[in-house]
Amino acid sequence: MARVLTVDDSPSIRQMIKVTLEPAGHHVIEAGDGAQGLEKAQSNRPDLVISDLNMPNMNGLELIRALRNLPQLTGLPIVFLTTESNEAVKQEAKSAGATGWITKPFKPEQLLAVVAKLVRS
Amino acid sequence: MTTIDPTEIFRQEAGELFETLEAALLDLCQRPDDRELVDSAFRALHTIKGSGAMFGFDKVAAFTHEFETAFELVRKGEIKPTQDLISVALAAKDYIRALIEAADSTDAIIGEAILDDLKQFIMPAPEGVGAATVEAPVVTAERAAGWQLHLEFDSHILRNGSSPLDLLDDLCKLGPCFAVPITDAVPLLDELEPEDCYLKWDVTLASDCSSAAIDDVFMFVLDEMKLTISPLAHVDVPAPPLLQETIPDAPPPVPSLSVEPEPVGRHQAAPVERRDEPKRNEERGIATVRVQAERLDELMDRVGELVIAQARLSQLATNGSDLSIKMIAEEIERLAASLRDTTMGARMVPIGSLFGRFRRLVHDLSRDLAKPVDFVTSGEDTELDKTMIECLADPLVHLIRNAIDHGIEDSAMRAAAGKAEQGRIELQAVHSGAQVLVSVRDNGSGLNTARIRAKAEEQGLIAPGAALSDNEIHQFLFHPGFSTAQTVSALSGRGVGMDVVKRTIENMRGSIELATIPGKGTTVTLRLPLTLAIIEGLLIRVGEGRYIIPLSAVEDCVELTPEDQRSRGRNFLNVRGDLVPFLRLREMMDVSGTPDQHQKTIIISTGETRVGLVADQIIGNHQTVIKSLSKLHSDVTIFSGATILGDGTAALILDVTQLVALAQMHSEKQHMSEAA
Repeated sequence: MARVLTVDDSPSIRQMIKVTLEPAGHHVIEAGDGAQGLEKAQSNRPDLVISDLNMPNMNGLELIRALRNLPQLTGLPIVFLTTESNEAVKQEAKSAGATGWITKPFKPEQLLAVVAKLVRS
Repeated sequence: MTTIDPTEIFRQEAGELFETLEAALLDLCQRPDDRELVDSAFRALHTIKGSGAMFGFDKVAAFTHEFETAFELVRKGEIKPTQDLISVALAAKDYIRALIEAADSTDAIIGEAILDDLKQFIMPAPEGVGAATVEAPVVTAERAAGWQLHLEFDSHILRNGSSPLDLLDDLCKLGPCFAVPITDAVPLLDELEPEDCYLKWDVTLASDCSSAAIDDVFMFVLDEMKLTISPLAHVDVPAPPLLQETIPDAPPPVPSLSVEPEPVGRHQAAPVERRDEPKRNEERGIATVRVQAERLDELMDRVGELVIAQARLSQLATNGSDLSIKMIAEEIERLAASLRDTTMGARMVPIGSLFGRFRRLVHDLSRDLAKPVDFVTSGEDTELDKTMIECLADPLVHLIRNAIDHGIEDSAMRAAAGKAEQGRIELQAVHSGAQVLVSVRDNGSGLNTARIRAKAEEQGLIAPGAALSDNEIHQFLFHPGFSTAQTVSALSGRGVGMDVVKRTIENMRGSIELATIPGKGTTVTLRLPLTLAIIEGLLIRVGEGRYIIPLSAVEDCVELTPEDQRSRGRNFLNVRGDLVPFLRLREMMDVSGTPDQHQKTIIISTGETRVGLVADQIIGNHQTVIKSLSKLHSDVTIFSGATILGDGTAALILDVTQLVALAQMHSEKQHMSEAA
């Protein structure tokens, strides 16, 4: 199944993603901020990145731009988490190169649906 | 790997966020213009809100949202973080914490009162800004036997991780699908960008799904494509209950997700203020794993037992002649020692986590007592065993309270004494050998020795006119029920006295010292061992019994000279020019028989005071795993615990503080009898 990299400074959100995706057979890699996320995306080659936008060190937008600049990761689906369904934030993230988004709070089945949508086995 | 309940992680995380928030708020009192502090408070609030909603703390999310709204104005610079606002904000923080810890027993009225307070600070937000009314799209209950679609994607779509082929696959899940690619936009090979999407599609979808279901398939790319949907061959279907999201803040629809049916019609969404804000938590340099505290305790217990078992093995190996067993025993000794150090290291927590709590205490006290106080901490990185950190909280609260309540004078007195109006309290932690010194220093009036003396005489603790040094008089502060506070304020007279502080510290094998300069201030210093569980000890023999002296207290070992031996009455020893009182352990332990010919004296010290202990033999260093004595032995003061030796027998650990006090008493008695 899919290798999913979750980038979030909140351990509880990372854990939530992990306990949702692992029973469905996905492998979850965790990173606590954008800089770590960028590093792990390169070393672990995930099939999908789920990233928070507001993070220390390197925020989600910077992470998305940095990932999009890596030729070896072209086409990597990147989903961002956002608290508000604010169009401006979405637009900014999309134009940075994000593939999709999940609005917090989300239900486990929504997360699974998004993973299924963006990653084909 | 075990999975931990994310809700529990959230609670812990929230705890840390509250500390960040509180620290930021308190710092804002001093530096109201510091943008970074406002941002830091804001990020903490934002995470509490977002994660709170995720884990079902809806009240938390709702309340925090309001709080955040107020703080948004601070962040935009529209209102100033005044002292009053920060006080309300601190109350709001406490309320959110209560909501998370015990949601059911928390009174919503308090929350409303806090919100009302908060609203006073908020100027009416400009109408129409950020409060746009969002209308849900009018949803047609259109149903068709099939759909004709035309898809045109932006050229960069592949690079952004969306795959048109996957999307076509998703369409196929809705029903039989026939897709025709339109290739007229594909350039010549040498102009072709391999990562661009040039294809368009005409799709015939034979499905009676709603057009919203088709939109859902393309939800992430709707703004990066041209999608035209036209129904094929209309079929009249009775309007079913409408499937549509109506709440603007709700998650976007996701295929395969069942959505609650809602009545058909226009929905006016509640005005919602929206914002986007950067959130960066404090940098955390080191990757950490959370471990439950009990597990660490269990681990320490096991390591303690391992060290004991290892000591027995080493002893067996030394006594035997099997060389290979000796080698293994040495190897295990080395491993056990490093395992012990690692385990103890894992239990060490920087004391800064404790210091943070006191800033709030000082803030509240200085406001309640109207004594402006500058609170300075240093040595936050100093590490202590986590159990000790917990035990230290109450004594330090008491000492800081005392410092503000009794130590720092009120503004008028300070002005009269020519001091700065703002008092100063320093909380400091430093390493000193195998000990950690934690001190609370104020620059107040200092201890009133005359008043303490008067009180002690009044309570019959000393005879009027007895000759006592200032230091001895100050020791009465540690006497149970001793209080010189002339007015009982809300802060003093809470039942926890300095005697309790002293006892708590001594239970941790620590000691407490007072130093005061009249008019300049008082310093209370706590000397604490680094850890509670294992110490390096000096194993000695007295008669047949064996005892442990904590090595950190041992200063010197000297032989008792025959002259010293003979001078029965005067128990003093000349150690490198200083006269040191000594105690004969044989006498104390009631050991009969003749003492060994060469008696040894171990010089121990607490702070400034040195005392000699006379034993029969010094056996050597011993890794001492401390086991506490049972309640039956609680009145035996000269032992602080017991340990198990290599041969499986027990040895008692001598309580250095008590022995020093005892020796001092003896020497004073001698002084007095000599004087008489």
